[in-house]
Amino acid sequence: MSLSLSILLIIALAPLAGAVLAGLLGRVIGRAGSHTVTILGVGIACGLSMYVLYQLVWGGAENFNQDVYTWFEIGKLHVSVGFMVDRLTAMMMVVVTFVSLLVHVYTIGYMSDDPGYQRFFSYISLFTFSMLMLVMSNNFMQLFFGWEAVGLVSYLLIGFWYKRPTAIFANMKAFLVNRVGDFGFLLGISAILFFLNTLDYQTAFDAAPTLVGKTLQITQNHAWDAATVIGILLFIGAMGKSAQVPLHVWLPDSMEGPTPISALIHAATMVTAGIFMVARMSPIFELTDTALSFIMVIGATTALFTGLIGIVQNDIKRVIAYSTLSQLGYMTVALGVSAYSGAVFHLMTHAFFKALLFLCAGSVIIGMHHEQDMRYMGGLRKYMPITWITMWIGSLALAGTPFFSGFYSKDAIIEAVGESHRWGHGYAYFCVMAGVFVTSLYSFRLLYMTFHGKERFRVEHKKHGHGHDAHHDDDHGHHTPGVLEHAPHESPWVVTLPLLLLAIPSIAIGFLTAGPMLYGKWFGKAIHVNEANDVLAELSHEFHSAFAAGIHGFSAWPFWLAFAGFAVATYIYLFNVALAGKIKNGLKPIYELLNHKYWIDELYFAVFARGGVALGKGLSKVGEAAIIDGAIVNGSANLVQRIAGGVRRVQSGFLFHYAFAMILGLILLLGGFWLIGQ
Amino acid sequence: MITLSHYIVLGAILFCIAVAGIFINRKNVIVLLMAIELMLLAVNTNFVAFSRFFGDVGGQVFVFFILTVAAAESAIGLAILVLLFRNRSTINVAEIDSMKG
Repeated sequence: MSLSLSILLIIALAPLAGAVLAGLLGRVIGRAGSHTVTILGVGIACGLSMYVLYQLVWGGAENFNQDVYTWFEIGKLHVSVGFMVDRLTAMMMVVVTFVSLLVHVYTIGYMSDDPGYQRFFSYISLFTFSMLMLVMSNNFMQLFFGWEAVGLVSYLLIGFWYKRPTAIFANMKAFLVNRVGDFGFLLGISAILFFLNTLDYQTAFDAAPTLVGKTLQITQNHAWDAATVIGILLFIGAMGKSAQVPLHVWLPDSMEGPTPISALIHAATMVTAGIFMVARMSPIFELTDTALSFIMVIGATTALFTGLIGIVQNDIKRVIAYSTLSQLGYMTVALGVSAYSGAVFHLMTHAFFKALLFLCAGSVIIGMHHEQDMRYMGGLRKYMPITWITMWIGSLALAGTPFFSGFYSKDAIIEAVGESHRWGHGYAYFCVMAGVFVTSLYSFRLLYMTFHGKERFRVEHKKHGHGHDAHHDDDHGHHTPGVLEHAPHESPWVVTLPLLLLAIPSIAIGFLTAGPMLYGKWFGKAIHVNEANDVLAELSHEFHSAFAAGIHGFSAWPFWLAFAGFAVATYIYLFNVALAGKIKNGLKPIYELLNHKYWIDELYFAVFARGGVALGKGLSKVGEAAIIDGAIVNGSANLVQRIAGGVRRVQSGFLFHYAFAMILGLILLLGGFWLIGQ
Repeated sequence: MITLSHYIVLGAILFCIAVAGIFINRKNVIVLLMAIELMLLAVNTNFVAFSRFFGDVGGQVFVFFILTVAAAESAIGLAILVLLFRNRSTINVAEIDSMKG
């Protein structure tokens, strides 16, 4: 049996319908109407996605690959809208729609007093549609459409509170940085079209082996291997979307958006699009060791160095944002060592526990009346027990505690790096190992600073009792730090329910699926790995059961590194709080380096932003004002005027001058004829 | 014996005087009109002379036409001159330059 096209169409279009209804008719159908239609749309998509996954895995359905609609035709190039659904796609669909559904529900609570309620629901449903189009695509053009559409929605949502200058700055930054990546991505797609003459996935993958030996003359003396060029260019696209060093700068700033967005777009789904894309293109990437080495080194750098920044952040959302960067780095490393299944597996587990962490952070922010600074929290576990427990679960999964979902995925990545012999594997291995310690350190630091220890805030009731509704967007930052008007409280059920539902896969999904997904060729032909590169196959000999792997995890290096991070965090942030300040002062240069994020933002701002503005001003002055306006437009007019000024003097208005000219002309004419006649 | 060349030279001289009158004269528009008239007469002289020497009466008929048209032309010219004087209060050629570019 095979999957039916109508089901796939409904999956993709139901969220779009919800988005259109909530967006265009938001005023008519009201708040409740808006969240009902969007949740309904995404709920349908989620249910059907699960059905599709079920059919593919247990129902014996064949992979689906079919064009639905001809988008455009240029000469021999035929681009259509179509769906390719195999296990990789189905898994992504379930992850995207499931997290999206929970975020929709959560948003009811989080945005309850926001004036842009309907707009927000419309955007997140539109995002779900875009992301589904991205993952379900069967050709590069539709992939690019989804790629750009999620970027657009991300832009809209980072700047959701459009009255805040910081939000506008952040969304502009995200958009511009993504453009850099997208440019590379577009070049990569063009290169595929150039070499393989097709934009269809299946045709391109079938033809991919013909790339071997083809070269592209980019620089004068060196012919580049075609597969390497394509691989690196496509990966540059992934670097933008998945926020890898050096294009990572937009992701932390994107935390200016509302928290549900940080969970859905900037942690669980959109930022993993790059990882998904590389895994999907595995038949092409497998042809090029150079590009994979490049990917591995970039990923390793991201994994360690952005994690380090997370240690010094005080904004609860920013800590998790840097953690996301670091985890994306892990996924990228896995791609770099050809462990695509490992990367996608980590993508899935990470989607659950990172969405959980973000939504917990959002719950804390609601409870603290929109205070995000961890320095003014502490001791919240009494006030918000559900958030506290679920956040512990998320952090344990993130830190890689055995039997939690993050353990299986991260451990597999680390061991895969250890098995790999690709150029740069030593560096990558060091980075991912050190990253485990760092991850654990910032995770538990966050937990202790937020939920444990002394309360670092005061509650002062004000006489004029205005409640929650005064606390949205532009009202931010007016209050004194650390002073709350009401005691912190546990969030309503629409907020805590998604937390509980996400906590379940955060604990269990790794245990249940690690065996087949990592080592069991679960993805089938969706992911192609050359025999020689297949590190996961090497590891599969040592893997017997998820339980045994969990037990073995206690005696492995990563666990002890994570434990060391836990111990250090516990000592510093729970028992000896004054020590943190002393360390900070003792290691001032390092602290400054991390606190300023290696000055990369400043560098980019000085070089690219200022440089861009200066270039623009220069071009405006020289190119526009001087050359185009001055020389060409006004210049030609001036020339005419000057010539005319000269000629005008001949026109004296005196009759005798004209007569003289006539006679002179006559004489010259006659003389000329006479001379010719001679 | 007066030959054809004498008449033609006379015509040429008259014509040159007329031309010189047009662009040397800077004072009076009436003199301009007279110079134009003189030009026509120089041409007429040529017509008559050729007519006489080739024995073709056509040339002399032409002269009558020219004289008639010249009379009309002079009348119009003088009428314009009167209007000009009425508007500008001058007939000084050096002052009439309203066509200056």
